[in-house]
Amino acid sequence: MGSRSSHAARIPDVDSIRRETGFSQASLLRLYHRFRALDWNEKGYLSRVDLQQIGALAVNPLGDRIIDSFFPDGSLHLDFPGFVRVLARFRPVDDEDNGNRDPKEPEPLNSRMNKLRFAFQLYDLDRDGKISRQEMLQVLRLMVGVQVTEEQLESIADRTVQEADEDGDGAVSFLEFAKSLEKMNIEQKMSIRILK
Amino acid sequence: MDGAELAGKIVYTWLTLVLGFILLPSAFGVSLGISELYMKILVKTLEWATLRIEKGVSKESVLKNSASVGIIQRDESPMEKGLSGLRGRDFELSDVFYFSKKGLEAIVEDEVTQRFSSEELVSWNLLTRTNVNFQYISPKLTMVWVLGVIVRYCVLLPLRVTLAFIGISFLVIGTTLVGQLPESSLKNRLSELVHLTCCRICVRALSGTIHYHNKQYRPQKGGICVANHTSPIDVLILTTDGCYAMVGQVHGGLMGIIQRAMVKACPHVWFERSEMKDRHLVTERLREHIADKKKLPILIFPEGTCINNTSVMMFKKGSFEIGGTIYPVAIKYNPQFGDAFWNSSKYNMVSYLLRVMTSWAIVCDVWYMPPMTREEGEDAVQFANRVKSAIAIQGGLTELPWDGGLKRAKVKDTYKEEQQKNYSKMLVGNGSLNSELD
Repeated sequence: MGSRSSHAARIPDVDSIRRETGFSQASLLRLYHRFRALDWNEKGYLSRVDLQQIGALAVNPLGDRIIDSFFPDGSLHLDFPGFVRVLARFRPVDDEDNGNRDPKEPEPLNSRMNKLRFAFQLYDLDRDGKISRQEMLQVLRLMVGVQVTEEQLESIADRTVQEADEDGDGAVSFLEFAKSLEKMNIEQKMSIRILK
Repeated sequence: MDGAELAGKIVYTWLTLVLGFILLPSAFGVSLGISELYMKILVKTLEWATLRIEKGVSKESVLKNSASVGIIQRDESPMEKGLSGLRGRDFELSDVFYFSKKGLEAIVEDEVTQRFSSEELVSWNLLTRTNVNFQYISPKLTMVWVLGVIVRYCVLLPLRVTLAFIGISFLVIGTTLVGQLPESSLKNRLSELVHLTCCRICVRALSGTIHYHNKQYRPQKGGICVANHTSPIDVLILTTDGCYAMVGQVHGGLMGIIQRAMVKACPHVWFERSEMKDRHLVTERLREHIADKKKLPILIFPEGTCINNTSVMMFKKGSFEIGGTIYPVAIKYNPQFGDAFWNSSKYNMVSYLLRVMTSWAIVCDVWYMPPMTREEGEDAVQFANRVKSAIAIQGGLTELPWDGGLKRAKVKDTYKEEQQKNYSKMLVGNGSLNSELD
């Protein structure tokens, strides 16, 4: 019993999180319950192990990289705002986001560019702003496992870097990455719609 | 003085009522119809409450159709479609999108973790604990809810605690007494009587309404009974209708006392914690037990852990390697009246029992199914899966390949390899690259 606001009041800093991420009150509540459910021993934060225990994530070839994106700069504890901040990247793009945006305010977390940045950082392990051929190979190896030979993988990596690389430095910068995907419907591929 | 006398009189009348209306009938297996009446009133009240809520809910918010619908909109298309894939297409930078989306979806909601929290109800059943999403609707509803709280905590709870206490004490005392007798068919019959009576009392302690289907397939002596596991109450529910030999770890405390008493009256199989690790030893002891055709059927829960009764998870193959006839049983609780699922990481045994005793009732269906044996050329894992499917279909539960122990252990790499294989097939499949393989 009780009105819904008494539930949302349990989330610390709910208003600033809402403004930053753009999630609705109901979605935030859902995600908060999920955060609490993943936090088995009620520490108040999540660690890598908590995320690794999700079966469907552990079998995802890019599972470890995805978990890394929740723990930037070597941090070990993930609190609820941090959790939601990453998930906000995958919020579907609503028309109202683009319409009334104040150009002086920072870009919303779920903009096309930010979605692309998320995908880019899955490749760019050393965070130098470029995907080198080596990094490309590493991601490919994660996705195919032991099924493909080294030579095949190298030829795929070479071809991909060549196609995207415009300034000829042998690596793919973020802008080159974004350009090569400009025709792709990022909004649909990198969006998760929370029901209710 | 008067106060104490009055209190004494109340307790006396209370106990006589309990004895007359509950204990004696259960000793004889007779029902007086009080529970049926209670259930009818309960159902009517809950229906009324649902209608009120539906009227009160605003047009924008939608009541979910199915209790196990997810919270995110899922695109369940296979990997090929998700990667805009024809076979033998080339790698694209955007391929990571598919995996990252799937990964994030799993973080927001995954099949396994969702099975370890209680099932969400479509409409409120007047228990605050299930009220995750329901707002304040009307004063009438609140009043009914308050009435419900009074009834549950002040009337039902003391009654149930009394019954549980009586039931357990009777069990311990009864089995110890019967255990003194020498081995004989009289002893077996008495032990059965004691077990059945105590279980019936305990089931009344939970206001349990159980429907047994297909009683002709009830497990026979020398067999193994397997069932899906939702809570420790499963044991009570099954033993009310027949006697089983239980398998499990020796516990300390109250459970330990009960276990030691029970094993005096009839041969249960209790293991020390250290023995449980030795799978060979466990299998041997169980084999010995079922080889003796006079011993009661063993009751095993192959999932190994409590699941929330919306799905059946991987059956551990150990129970299926023993041999013998398997009698599958499907148990499905009706969540409308009370949630029977034991979330062992959230509640300990005592708070769980308290929750169960302050619910409206425990209503469930038990289906006995025709016996199954391992076929030629079938290994234990395949057999386990076959039994699991049968139980899932019968109980109307979804089937999951995951191990219930996943909540405590890491998942196996073989699953990841499958995903990698699928993806590689797409890249290299039709030989669009110079492959020396074909």
